Amino acid sequence: MLWISNADWVALQLTLKLASISTGLLLLLCLPLAWWLARSDSRARVVVEALVAMPLVLPPTVIGFYLLIFLGPEGWLGGLLEQLGIGHLAFTFTGMVIGSMIYSLPFAVQPMQNAFQAMGERPLEVAATLRASPLDRFFTVVIPLARNGFLTAAVLAFAHTLGEFGVLLMIGGSIAGETEVASIAIYNHVEAMDYAAAHGLSLFLLLMAFSLLLAVYFLNRRFKVVGVA
Amino acid sequence: MAALALTSLASALLFACAAIADTTRIAAASSLRHAMEDLVASFQEQHPEHQLAVSYGSSGSLRAQIAHGAPFAAFFAADMERPEALVDSGHAASGVRHYASGQLVLWTRSRAEPPELEELTESAFRRIAIAHPEHAPYGARALEALQAEGIHEAVADRLVTGNSVARALQQAQSGAAQAALIPLSLATHPSVDEQGVYTPIDPDLHAPLRHGYIITRHGSGDEAMARFAAFMDSDGARTILEEHGFRPPE
Repeated sequence: MLWISNADWVALQLTLKLASISTGLLLLLCLPLAWWLARSDSRARVVVEALVAMPLVLPPTVIGFYLLIFLGPEGWLGGLLEQLGIGHLAFTFTGMVIGSMIYSLPFAVQPMQNAFQAMGERPLEVAATLRASPLDRFFTVVIPLARNGFLTAAVLAFAHTLGEFGVLLMIGGSIAGETEVASIAIYNHVEAMDYAAAHGLSLFLLLMAFSLLLAVYFLNRRFKVVGVA
Repeated sequence: MAALALTSLASALLFACAAIADTTRIAAASSLRHAMEDLVASFQEQHPEHQLAVSYGSSGSLRAQIAHGAPFAAFFAADMERPEALVDSGHAASGVRHYASGQLVLWTRSRAEPPELEELTESAFRRIAIAHPEHAPYGARALEALQAEGIHEAVADRLVTGNSVARALQQAQSGAAQAALIPLSLATHPSVDEQGVYTPIDPDLHAPLRHGYIITRHGSGDEAMARFAAFMDSDGARTILEEHGFRPPE
């Protein structure tokens, strides 16, 4: 008895929308960060590395709790936005995007950082001696060499956001059509004793997660998330 | 941090228009789930122009969400205290309205005959599920009943808490717990009724289970919410609540 109702399609679409937007923004944000982490000799680097890896070890409830405090109507950012007339971000889709980005940060940064480190200095030096400008070097040398790192980062961040639950429940609540993503919809189905619907959505997510991970391992057989190994 | 603020601002602007504006959202305690589904269905038959969506949880967690600015137009709780707290903290647009009273029952699927409360001390009941006493009123009342019956000490280390009454019932349905103390409104649901048996708990053993609701500040001026509030006072709504095991307000 596996079928997916209209409301569940909405939840799935919301999950995909959340994962796509979070992943897109993360890749943009993490590119310079990963580059700096891979290249910098600064003492601050270890501190930043530790901070980036934090979401791997923090309970999602901790992240969700602080975000709720920070983004809610009484919070520092939420309060500021309230005064600007934009409205606070607790229990909004935007709040969930911010939560997802923090939650999946290590999954986006680390594969890119690994790719940049594995590349080494030499290809860039060679390109420089051939008079390639920094921008030119980035597009013709770095991007092609680190392509698998980018793809791995994208697929992992995306897949990790699909499986997000604790952060989202705390920052998003479960508002149908706005913050009720698939993982929360499953939780609500189980609460409502609607096991058939929970099965339908769960199976869908299971297959999706497996195909994404298959893609990761296929892309990058030497993949490992470093940081807390 | 600056990057985070920038990103959030950018995405706030992007999605400010994406919210679904014409749906009125209601927060309701888990004990109300099946009754609320029927209430909303009956209301929408009369008012097809209004869209209502309900989110369920424990009274405590829903109260916290509303205090943090969740966009609910009304809060149907399983007690009077939590809606009153929201009135005190300035999150309500109405006073607390007493809409029903609940009944606690002892539910089990491991017996053919409904068990008495004092039988919970028997070793066959290895795990007894209740809702979390701190944020689910039925959980708090369940503890009071066990204490009044004088068996709390004997069963204290066998109690498992679910985060809502729905969760506590599931633990007993799945066999992870041998019994659960839950609202009558969940025990009478057809899918649950055929699985197990239940005994009503003497209401004198605990403080009354009075259910109150408020219209929140978010819901003030919401036409659909005003209509739904009027509907809650109708005989039709009373009948639905009684069918689901609630008593009308005294």
